[in-house]
Amino acid sequence: MTAFAGTGSSGAVGATDPAQVGASPATAPVLPTGPVPGAGTLLPVSRSHVRAAPALRVTGALAVLGVAATVWLGLFVTPDAVNFGNLVRLLYVHPPMAWVAFLAYGVAGLSSLLYLWPRTRDRRVDRLAGASAEAGVVFTGLTLVTGSIWGRPTWGVWWAWDPLLTTTALLFVLYLGYLALRRVPGDPETVAKRAAASLVAFLDVPIVYFSVTWWRSLHQPPTIDLAGRHLYVHGSMAWTLLLGFVSFTLVYVWLVGHRYRLARLRDEESSHGLELALAERRQEGAT
Amino acid sequence: MAPAAPAVRLRETVVLADRFPLLSGMTLEVSEGEIVHLGGPNGAGKTSLLRLCAGLLAPSSGEAEVLGLDLTRTDERRRLRREIGLLGHSSFLYGDLSPRENLTFALKAAGLDTGEARARTEAALDRMGITGRLATTPVVKLSAGQRRRTAIGVLVGRQPRLWLLDEPHAGLDQASRDLLDALVRATREAGSTVVFSSHEVGRAQAIADRVIELVGGQEVRRASPPAGNGTGGSGTGARRDAMTMGSARVP
Amino acid sequence: MFRDAALVCGKDLRIEVRSRVTLNQVVPFAAVVVILFGLALGPDRKVLAPAAAGLFWVAVLLSAVLAVQRSFAVESADDAREGLRLSGLDPAGIFLGKVAAVLAELLVLEAVLTFAVALLYGAHLQQAGLLGASAILATIGLAAIGILYGAVSSGLRVRETLLPLLFLPIAAPVLLAATKSWDISLSGGDGGAGTWLTVLGVFAILYVAIGTLAFGPLLEDR
Repeated sequence: MTAFAGTGSSGAVGATDPAQVGASPATAPVLPTGPVPGAGTLLPVSRSHVRAAPALRVTGALAVLGVAATVWLGLFVTPDAVNFGNLVRLLYVHPPMAWVAFLAYGVAGLSSLLYLWPRTRDRRVDRLAGASAEAGVVFTGLTLVTGSIWGRPTWGVWWAWDPLLTTTALLFVLYLGYLALRRVPGDPETVAKRAAASLVAFLDVPIVYFSVTWWRSLHQPPTIDLAGRHLYVHGSMAWTLLLGFVSFTLVYVWLVGHRYRLARLRDEESSHGLELALAERRQEGAT
Repeated sequence: MAPAAPAVRLRETVVLADRFPLLSGMTLEVSEGEIVHLGGPNGAGKTSLLRLCAGLLAPSSGEAEVLGLDLTRTDERRRLRREIGLLGHSSFLYGDLSPRENLTFALKAAGLDTGEARARTEAALDRMGITGRLATTPVVKLSAGQRRRTAIGVLVGRQPRLWLLDEPHAGLDQASRDLLDALVRATREAGSTVVFSSHEVGRAQAIADRVIELVGGQEVRRASPPAGNGTGGSGTGARRDAMTMGSARVP
Repeated sequence: MFRDAALVCGKDLRIEVRSRVTLNQVVPFAAVVVILFGLALGPDRKVLAPAAAGLFWVAVLLSAVLAVQRSFAVESADDAREGLRLSGLDPAGIFLGKVAAVLAELLVLEAVLTFAVALLYGAHLQQAGLLGASAILATIGLAAIGILYGAVSSGLRVRETLLPLLFLPIAAPVLLAATKSWDISLSGGDGGAGTWLTVLGVFAILYVAIGTLAFGPLLEDR
């Protein structure tokens, strides 16, 4: 956990609603194992139901190890690059983050499409879309920050209106709008449908990419091509970069898994609350 | 009266709004051609029941059929909305348009052609006493009662099979209330069904065939034993019509 | 569908003719934005004239938010979607009708604003055909996404703040392409305008099609 916290992904955990992240350890000890009959408003479920699945915990551990190894390899093992000096070490985190950002957007978009299609409409698909978008916004933000740090010494500016940067920035604000819409309270089905429909906004992303490519290109090859060139040149750098891709993808899976789990628990909690609310509402009639 | 197909048939219907149960397991039946008064205190679920029957709310569980259309299906709810007329708390009139323009638009939207819509608009405005200068004044400049009459005029023009009136007496003067009551009776004569809520108990009793008392999002069960646990809620056997106003019926 | 669209469009425009909210409030608002840009950038026409196209379209984008909000505000004070659902109109028809009405209003606004930009920024109005074609295509796209996201946010208590957050980023390609297209025509060049018209056209077709299909489900609660 501590090694993980140093890589900037601690921001990831912080950005995803700390109250809810903190909720599971707080409630876990209160609940005895086995169903609790009539335990007030507590969710009558077992401890193992609330806690993360073993596979998810293994993923988390692997993600932490992977990121730690990437940091170690990136900072101490790999050599400087000829043209970029120490800056090249950003290469091990920036492209993997960008990859995860676009992967998350792909997963969110695909699951929203599945939700819109009546035959595959399912709460689980909606939870996945929400969880993926939440992880995506964090990684999009990190991509922008690390890209900016890369850009300052390389191009002499913190920001350039290059197609990839502009598209990523747009993706970031689209994510923010999407998440803002998801947080508007309402019936779960209504919220899910609204959100899924609003994800058609993401069709914008390719349009903007091509528009900006025509519009202006500060440097001809997009940033990610740098990876290709260096992969070709240096062996240890290639391995580190590959490890970066794998471990950040694991971090993504881990985050999505936890957000999904929390969304599922919240759904269960509210349907449990529903029975109480129904009983209460009927009581109005009995008195 | 020959047993007609029920205009409204609910069975253990639960309606949720943001996880709050507006209706907590409603079971009732309204026959075609009946005039039913919904009674009960504020927050009992009268408006929700009317909005459910209008196809504006979807049941979360249970069965619900209105005019033979299944309310659990989105497309059937959409079709239902063309068959019913709802007089709700908000009037759904366009403030900048006159009563005449509002009625003509609403009737055309309901599928009538221009000529028919115009003719029915004039007849309905005439019936509701919105004539002369009133008919061409923007709705915002009308008084609350005149606006209400315009909204009722839309129903008169549309002649739906099921009238759903939410507090139709509220905000009307005595003459307009008499007019409304007469309209409701005439509607039944024409074969339509009316479900309405009103706190004007005397008037309601005079026009209704039957009263359904609601509390806590379901029908009152006076004969039921004290519902201690409040769970199940499936005891439909205890359903009882609180009052039957057979004497008020027009044969 | 098209009958209902004509009905809704006619009704919305009739309300606009009566209330003149777009004419008396949204158009002046756009003029204020254009004047504020002038103050922010200073009096130098060498700065203002090249920026004219971009500033014009930013002003149009901001005004479009207001026009869309107005389009749903006229429906019903409480819940526009409910009134529209009760009306019995075809949802696709409602969408197309509202898009057409907002399109008409924004085109009038753009005509007024064009002269303001020419006057205040010293932009040379030339190649009227290209100006007009790109304005019409761009505005169709803006109106389509505006009405689509107006419906998404209408009836929510946070609609005033949510609509710009959803609408403006999605309108980004329109801003980009319309600005480039206007730049080409204001500067008297002719290279590459076709590309930008294509982008605007694709955008307009894409979102009109999506809106026509998605409007029904969006009006329904579930």
